[in-house]
Amino acid sequence: MIVDLKIKRFDPSDSGGKTWWQEYSVDIHKDSTVLDALIQVREYEDTSLALRCACRASICGSCGMRVNGNAKLVCKTRVVEVAPDGEQIIVEPMGNQHVVKDLVISLDTFFDQIKRIKPYVQPDESPESGEYIASNESMENLLTSMNCIMCGVCVSDCTVLEVDSNFIGPAALAKAWRFVEDPRDSKKESRLSELNNEDGGIWDCTRCMKCVEVCPKGVSPMDRIMELRESAIESGNKNTPGYHHTESFYNSVKKHGRLDETRLAVDSAGITNVTRLLDLAPVGMKAMIKGKLPPILPHKSEDHKNVKKLYNKVEGEEK
Amino acid sequence: MYEHDVLIIGGGLAGLRAGIEVTRHGVDVAVISKVHPVRSHSNAAQGGINAPLTDRGDEWEGHAYDTIKGSDFLADQDAVEIMSSEAGDAVIELERMGVIFSRGEDGRLGTRAFGGQKVARTFFVGAITGSALLHVLYEQSIKLGLGVYEEWFVTKLIMEDGVCRGVVAYDIKSGKLHTIKAKAVIMASGGSGRVFEPSTNALICTGDGLALAYRAGAPLMDMEMIQYHPTTLARTGILLSEAARGEGAYLLNSKGERFMEKYAPDYMELASRDVVSRSEQIEIDEGRGIDGNVHLDLRHLGRDYIEQRLGYLEEVSQEFLGISMAEEPVPVRPGMHYIMGGIKTDYNGATIVPGLYAAGECANVSVHGANRLGANSLLDTVVFGRRSAIHALEYIKSVESASKSEVDLKSEQVRLQSILDRPKGESIAKVREDMAVGMTKGIGVWRDQSSMEGALENLNNVKTRVPNVSVEDKGKVFNTNLLSALELEFMVDNAEAIVHGALMRKESRGAHFRTDMPERDDENWLKHTLVYKDDNSNTGVRTETSPVKITQWEPVKRVY
Ligand SMILES: Cc1cc2nc3c(=O)[nH]c(=O)nc-3n(C[C@H](O)[C@H](O)[C@H](O)COP(=O)(O)OP(=O)(O)OC[C@H]3O[C@@H](n4cnc5c(N)ncnc54)[C@H](O)[C@@H]3O)c2cc1C
Repeated sequence: MIVDLKIKRFDPSDSGGKTWWQEYSVDIHKDSTVLDALIQVREYEDTSLALRCACRASICGSCGMRVNGNAKLVCKTRVVEVAPDGEQIIVEPMGNQHVVKDLVISLDTFFDQIKRIKPYVQPDESPESGEYIASNESMENLLTSMNCIMCGVCVSDCTVLEVDSNFIGPAALAKAWRFVEDPRDSKKESRLSELNNEDGGIWDCTRCMKCVEVCPKGVSPMDRIMELRESAIESGNKNTPGYHHTESFYNSVKKHGRLDETRLAVDSAGITNVTRLLDLAPVGMKAMIKGKLPPILPHKSEDHKNVKKLYNKVEGEEK
Repeated sequence: MYEHDVLIIGGGLAGLRAGIEVTRHGVDVAVISKVHPVRSHSNAAQGGINAPLTDRGDEWEGHAYDTIKGSDFLADQDAVEIMSSEAGDAVIELERMGVIFSRGEDGRLGTRAFGGQKVARTFFVGAITGSALLHVLYEQSIKLGLGVYEEWFVTKLIMEDGVCRGVVAYDIKSGKLHTIKAKAVIMASGGSGRVFEPSTNALICTGDGLALAYRAGAPLMDMEMIQYHPTTLARTGILLSEAARGEGAYLLNSKGERFMEKYAPDYMELASRDVVSRSEQIEIDEGRGIDGNVHLDLRHLGRDYIEQRLGYLEEVSQEFLGISMAEEPVPVRPGMHYIMGGIKTDYNGATIVPGLYAAGECANVSVHGANRLGANSLLDTVVFGRRSAIHALEYIKSVESASKSEVDLKSEQVRLQSILDRPKGESIAKVREDMAVGMTKGIGVWRDQSSMEGALENLNNVKTRVPNVSVEDKGKVFNTNLLSALELEFMVDNAEAIVHGALMRKESRGAHFRTDMPERDDENWLKHTLVYKDDNSNTGVRTETSPVKITQWEPVKRVY
């Protein structure tokens, strides 16, 4: 089967580096992966093409790249999946990380972010002999995050990192979740308060779902981040706009059966946080000019009693 | 020039475990690895790690005997005794470092069955045991501040007066060569799978460390012992772990028969790997295969069970064959998987070259002998990774700092430049493939005098082509083209030792099954084969044998 590829190249040796697109066609088996095609190029068409790859079985995490715009492990991406009708396949290096050469990116910042969350269990004391006793469920629970192979695919496509490189990022936060949840770890509280308070911590995720979509190992980093938020709140971290936002949202819908957006904005900023409120003012003005300003005073939805019933039902079930 | 007390080549399980040990002793150490440590091939291990945990009624002697029987009595029994008796502590230590081993009802570590053992003593993390272990050791290395030269490639061991004093290494990201001196070097560079085609091994498993040590004068031992794994996927050769059979999967021929009944009535699918691989090959060769494969059938285990205990296997089978194991049997065949042979060491990891230690798949201690039991390799990496570090620490106490000489750096610069300067020649990939296909053909599940001679002839032909392969990429940064030229040379050295080891052994034992000499011959061949590099001999090698260490288990016939 003939596969057409269009690959983004980068040669750092030219002063400042040179970027260009290059097209290749290779003849490979019909069940091949995009990695097989790239290897074919590197081995027989153009030996200067640089890429990382090792295990070929989606476990070493080397071969993250963008294929037709989305980050993927190319060893796990079959050609027929991305080019069912023989379309040209576009391969680029992953995003949000600096390109070293061709499809190879630097992983330095990725691992720096991982190191930021103190990625190792910190038990208080060891058992006198033998292993820690823990239920199988509590260990299996951690598998979701242990499945992470640190390929960087989620970081590549994270929409927050695109604008804020200080965000700890989906991979490192999913890793942090693993230690928060580990029954052997004794630093749950301090981990949570750091993740809560830190600039770039759990509240900086915008819940765009992109990491969930691209993660090749089912880690669902965003879901882990949401769980971290819940745990942080449960353990008393209520000092963030994120928490106030959640609380205001909850109260507003419970009380009025609908969202009071003005109140939400003010509550999230914090009624005493003058600087933040002043920041909001121009946004409010613009919204008003365009006729998009939500009503200043709350009004109840007709069904608000039913909404309340729903609340009671759900909360009753939780108890 | 850089300098350390201990330098460890390899960031896989053996290398990281050694590095952690040295760091704990407060001694200056660094790891050097051609890929980021978590990309090392240890992450591919799926099934688990063996340990006889005595606090739950298992006995280390039982594990030792299963290992020795599995090895077809070629393992050194003193080394196996050490591995088996230290196994329990090693696994408990991994748990305490943070590995999330699967547990039983009582909240203690749970086990699964593995081949060649009557007792279920394999500890595991789903079907991602290697990855889970490697990531946890990496976590510990961060905690302890273990330094790593990431994406640095060792091209040569520095020898001064017959003593190993460091390495010359190529920084892949800058294209610069450097000298790194050390009082002791621990080789933990993994296996040589790419010498064969196909193989379950990663593309980075090119036997670099075996070749480096071999060139420095260390003998390679029992290199003919190549493990063919019974369940590798059709076409790609990707592994489906023995855990599948450990959890109860059947092997079926085209008639739907569980053919292992004929070959290993007691152990069935869980006989030793060499035995199962050969049985499959007989079925295939006698016309009871399915397009050159047999079937691995898991359907009776049910989807939930498969997803919970063998999730990664289901993922692999879906991705590479588009088959769900819960619905259809998976076509599998024997495929090259592991090299039992390696750099000869004693049970402290010391090679015969002063200052050079070795551990993990590149070493041959020898605990696997002629056939490794599944889940014994991860154990080998952590037990002997640690031991080699402890003994290297002892050794360096009486060693002076290395000289400041950079002669090796200069000669390596010239050598690499001359490779870059070659005129356009043959393709590296093609030469490798020709070598690897020839190796699989000649040194396969079965072999005989003529197939092995065929492999030698093929290899000699390949050797004449190697100096002419060309490197078209002349760039400095991330020049993988240059690296593959160097890796090809390493693989050829491995192949040489494998073929000569195989030609030496005039019997059948474990993985070395000769159809022209089908019996084991303890009288003449209860011995290790040793191959030394020797540029003065016309074969390029010098061969020797050395006795097998027997402690308490006299060799008996091996039946499963
Ligand atoms: C698919 C698969 C499944 C397996 N499953 C199991 C199992 O379930 N249980 C079990 O016990 N065993 C299993 N094994 C075997 C086991 O995984 C390996 O033998 C073991 O992990 C090897 O570890 P290591 O530390 O020796 O080497 P590796 O993990 O391979 O590490 C080698 C290191 O050396 C470095 N290196 C190599 N050459 C150079 C160089 N020139 N310069 C610098 N650095 C270099 C590499 O970068 C790497 O960091 C499996 C093997 C495979 C292939």
